[in-house]
Amino acid sequence: MSNTTINTTSSPTAILNDGGEPGYTFPNSFGYYGKFGGAFIPEMLHRNVEELRNRYLEIMQEPSFQQEFNDLLRDYVGRPTPLYYAKRLSEQYKTKLYLKREDLNHTGAHKINNAIGQVLLAQRLGKKHIIAETGAGQHGVATATVCALKGVECIVYMGVKDIERQAPNVARMKMLGAKVMPAASGSQTLKDATNEAIRHWINNPADTHYVIGSVVGPHPYPDMVARFQSVISQETRWQLKQQTGSELPTHVMACVGGGSNAAGAFYHFLDELSVQLVAVEAAGHGVNSGMSAATTQLGKPGVLHGSKSLVMQTADGQVVEPHSISAGLDYPGIGPMHAHLFDSGRGTFLSATDEEAVQAAFELCKLEGIIPALESAHALAAIKEMKYKESDVVVVCLSGRGDKDLGTYMKYM
Amino acid sequence: MNRIQELFQQKDKNVLNVYCTAGFPALNSTVEVMKALQDNGADIIELGMPYSDPLADGPVIQASGSCAIANGMTIEKLFEQLQGFRKATAFGDGGGIYVPVILMGYLNPVLQYGFEKFCRHAADLPIDGLIIPDVPEYEFETEYGPVMQRYGLNFIFLITPETSEERIRKLDSLSTGFLYAVSSSSITGTDKDFSAVEKYLQRLQGMQLKNPVMVGFGIKDKSTFQSACRYANGAIIGTAYIKAVENSTDIAASTKAFLSSVLEK
Repeated sequence: MSNTTINTTSSPTAILNDGGEPGYTFPNSFGYYGKFGGAFIPEMLHRNVEELRNRYLEIMQEPSFQQEFNDLLRDYVGRPTPLYYAKRLSEQYKTKLYLKREDLNHTGAHKINNAIGQVLLAQRLGKKHIIAETGAGQHGVATATVCALKGVECIVYMGVKDIERQAPNVARMKMLGAKVMPAASGSQTLKDATNEAIRHWINNPADTHYVIGSVVGPHPYPDMVARFQSVISQETRWQLKQQTGSELPTHVMACVGGGSNAAGAFYHFLDELSVQLVAVEAAGHGVNSGMSAATTQLGKPGVLHGSKSLVMQTADGQVVEPHSISAGLDYPGIGPMHAHLFDSGRGTFLSATDEEAVQAAFELCKLEGIIPALESAHALAAIKEMKYKESDVVVVCLSGRGDKDLGTYMKYM
Repeated sequence: MNRIQELFQQKDKNVLNVYCTAGFPALNSTVEVMKALQDNGADIIELGMPYSDPLADGPVIQASGSCAIANGMTIEKLFEQLQGFRKATAFGDGGGIYVPVILMGYLNPVLQYGFEKFCRHAADLPIDGLIIPDVPEYEFETEYGPVMQRYGLNFIFLITPETSEERIRKLDSLSTGFLYAVSSSSITGTDKDFSAVEKYLQRLQGMQLKNPVMVGFGIKDKSTFQSACRYANGAIIGTAYIKAVENSTDIAASTKAFLSSVLEK
């Protein structure tokens, strides 16, 4: 597959290729990864989603698009982000641990990769207004940032509960000129913010693009977002080659809510079957506590937010309110690409509780001087669940920084 | 031919379809509401199956659904409540529900119930048709349509002012019963300038579609109902009716008052 051929001589720029055989990496033309995906949308969204589906690959192929995307990733975001060999953490776990430092991106997380891609794409579609949903606020901040940069109007939907627990990010979005709309329905978290954003789009279809922040939603969103985030694994391959002499690690680990940082971290390794892909979900108070967000453990096949995937729900098919200490993982679904990785056995799915994530965050602070986001701390927490050889090369995607979570961390000091 | 086709054969103008939420305002008010609608002039009843994440509905209908879920409404419960609802003895005073009944809901709860089992049980009652707005035509053609057809259930597609002519013709060819013309590209219960909708309805009228056209979204009173009926076979009222019964202590009286105001000459 063409996308796995990496230029190893110069610093990589994002490859936005035009497709490939359906499998782990690419969905089929109807948006299916195995049994999961599709576009389950009401007719009111058809025109906008169809327009996107017809044009996203073609726009991503335009040299001017690729130029602008890559220039912004380099000069504005600060890519490539370092692949950092975490020496003391490696000693602790008796293996070789590398951290992919998405926390060092402008705005503090991987979310900006996708936000830039989609806002540039929306401009080429002639859209004047941008809407987005956000959980932890990282995607909202990233989208508000790119909209400020491009002078585009931005409305971000955010659950009332998340507005309370992620106050610094709400302030950042407002300072960046975005309008933050509280989603007061249902569980008042990411799921409901997504509902409200979709409703806004139904009500205001003209000139509006909805920037979904994860690899969820109707086709082509999961594929499009995965492509924009794929720069993470593309750089990882190149950096591993520079640092270890081999492009391939033995493991890649990432946290999964909807799954965008995992999709990006896994992307160029999906068809490298020697690489073990480890997705870490939020177990909340424990997978069987009734207060969890571990979708692959607790979910059943269903349809949520426009795609068929695994969904946490009651026996009657009502979507349940998940729980995680981390707002970014507090989602009752999972992207269809990941549902397929789970279903096919290609991915290894683990979970970490709130408590384990917090402990892992403190451990990283102590050993490496890095305060991780609560989301990323779930991936770190799963390191101790794994059995590694000393010679293993383990890449952990450090998807975001922990500044926004200090309020939570301070309760544990 | 089922009740929907029969209805449009007998009456092709001013057909009134009213939406109500199963299990709302009380768990056991479902058939009482349906009877009140039939008794007061509704030609079709669209019975909503509540869902936690109803993307195509507005806040009033979502709130009625949340209330119904809290009341304990499920598809299983609904099918129990509808047992025998067509029988002349269903209400003790002669006359069951004889108007066409369409179940409206979202795909996820139906999938959990089991799609084929759902169609079988719905057809047994009998229910006349289904509206599941998050089943697009690709899924209908490849997966769900053949099952519905096997059980003789009509499936009603939505079209909007933004739907292309080619696509309207495609959805018209797939739909049976009628076509649901969304009056503006908006979620239910939204106020829009109705005159802007008229051009769209006139365009549909000129297309010589196979199915009757029912207009929904934004139909809330006599004036909007009559405007819609000028260019279509009838119209669908949802949010305005839910508002009329949400705080009602006498469903029959509230329904009568509401429908009289819509249908008065």
